Amino acid sequence: MIEMNSILVVLSVQDGRIKRSSFEALSRAVAVGGQHGLTVNAVILHSNASKLAAEASKYGASKIFCFEDRVFDSHLNAPLLAGLETAIEKIQPRLVVAASMESIKDVWGALAIRVDAAVLPDVASFDVNGDAVVCERPVMAAKVMAAVSSSHPRVLVSVRSGSYEATESGGESSIETVPFEMSSQTLSATLKEIVTTTGDQVDLSEAKVVVAAGRGVKDASGKALVDELASILGAAIGASRAVVETGLFPATAQIGQTGKVVSPELYFAIGISGAIQHVAGMSNSKIIVAINKDADAPIFDVATYGLVGDCFKILPLLNAELRKALS
Amino acid sequence: MKFCVCIKQVPDVQASVQTGRMVLNAYDASAVEEALVITGDAGGGEIDLVLIGPSSATETIRKALAMGATNAFHLVVEDASSLDSNAIAHMLAEHFKGHTYDAILTGKQSQDTDSGLAGSMLAELLALPYATNAVGLKATGNGLEVTRQGDSGQEIIELPTPCLVSCSNDMNNPRIPSLKGIMAAKRTPITTTEAKTVAPVTLVARTFPPAGREPGVKWEGEPEEMVSQLVQKLQQEAGVL
Repeated sequence: MIEMNSILVVLSVQDGRIKRSSFEALSRAVAVGGQHGLTVNAVILHSNASKLAAEASKYGASKIFCFEDRVFDSHLNAPLLAGLETAIEKIQPRLVVAASMESIKDVWGALAIRVDAAVLPDVASFDVNGDAVVCERPVMAAKVMAAVSSSHPRVLVSVRSGSYEATESGGESSIETVPFEMSSQTLSATLKEIVTTTGDQVDLSEAKVVVAAGRGVKDASGKALVDELASILGAAIGASRAVVETGLFPATAQIGQTGKVVSPELYFAIGISGAIQHVAGMSNSKIIVAINKDADAPIFDVATYGLVGDCFKILPLLNAELRKALS
Repeated sequence: MKFCVCIKQVPDVQASVQTGRMVLNAYDASAVEEALVITGDAGGGEIDLVLIGPSSATETIRKALAMGATNAFHLVVEDASSLDSNAIAHMLAEHFKGHTYDAILTGKQSQDTDSGLAGSMLAELLALPYATNAVGLKATGNGLEVTRQGDSGQEIIELPTPCLVSCSNDMNNPRIPSLKGIMAAKRTPITTTEAKTVAPVTLVARTFPPAGREPGVKWEGEPEEMVSQLVQKLQQEAGVL
């Protein structure tokens, strides 16, 4: 049994690898642990956990616990909950940290009840202050930041992607495989099908460059121009809710309050008006380029470079110029 | 099927200036809509509502009733501002001790705090199977088929009833109440009880404006000129190409 003065970081696996946002959370935990004398451990729940642990070893966790079972690859919440409950009971951490993604949002509330923890979800920063865990998180569609805290003996935190850098520590983690068995009656729900839409594309929440399309992109010919720009820049493709609703872009591309949060080096907002729900998901991008016909569109309030004009006229020129510049 | 939808009254976050106008949480409106569609398709059913909030939140209950819900429970807390997700989930769980349903629906989060916790907390407290972030819902012979938006695609899950589902606003477009619905909702009795509050385990110390962005530049004019200016900037100053 490890004493309850440790941090446990849940390393989430998506499409067979650990998400960069999980390493961002781990790197931050290692920094906080170093400052406050807390041991930092990690846990991976996946059929391939020990192999993934070997790769994760350079990010500075003391120990990586591997719960290796195919049941965790099923995307169902009951196995993940049972696995995390077992991990927390075994390791007894003060603070549990994970990257804020759909699979974590799916279980964080239920897990908090199960292991008697307080939750500070979807935070932009976290730290330990005395006996409290302190965080900052956007509220009111990211128009307001809230400083939140909990002095509960156990706290769960989920961290927005891009909030911290993922930094290798030079050390190496010890790896422990934990036997785990999921009883079949706990599996009340059945997974029928997964319709994957991400495929081989660049992962949106990890991309350095994001090209995002909005209502102004209109149709398949506009989408082709957006796809071309993305391929020239090796960018991930994002979308506003409007063009996900019309079916022009998949729901996994949706950026904003209800979709993904991105913070790339370079963000192109093409034909996106800049409703606050969208801006909430991209305003931490380093450079924002906005192309929109409407000079008064709110997207220009957050844009580093704004181009007022028709994206159907601008994109062909931009694609040609960028090809030239990058060749 | 018998549904209960947990609803919340929130500030209108879409407004550019906060005037204190309060609205039905958009995600909850989608949950109400989905329950209406499923019971409508089945040719009948019942939809109860439950809301925790001040007396003035009655107008939000009336709005959801006007959409077509059957009954409503109002657990009155005049100052609900310090109640966190944990407190709300425990208070709702207490309420559900006396009421059973085939399915409890919630919004996936509330527009003001964006926490997204109360739904799965409530499911755990009631020991119900659950699914979150649903974008599609269908009644099957012995349960619900939920399509949820996951990280890399949509996951189609079969849940036995009773169960709990948290709903995304990408599920549907909530109906605008008809005049007839509004009139009928005015006459629907709302069961009002003083709620016993639960102590929160998290607190908001303060709020502050987010760090602003450096003001940018905006070009208007010939596309050729704007494009060459942009590419030049991206190459030289921004150093991202």
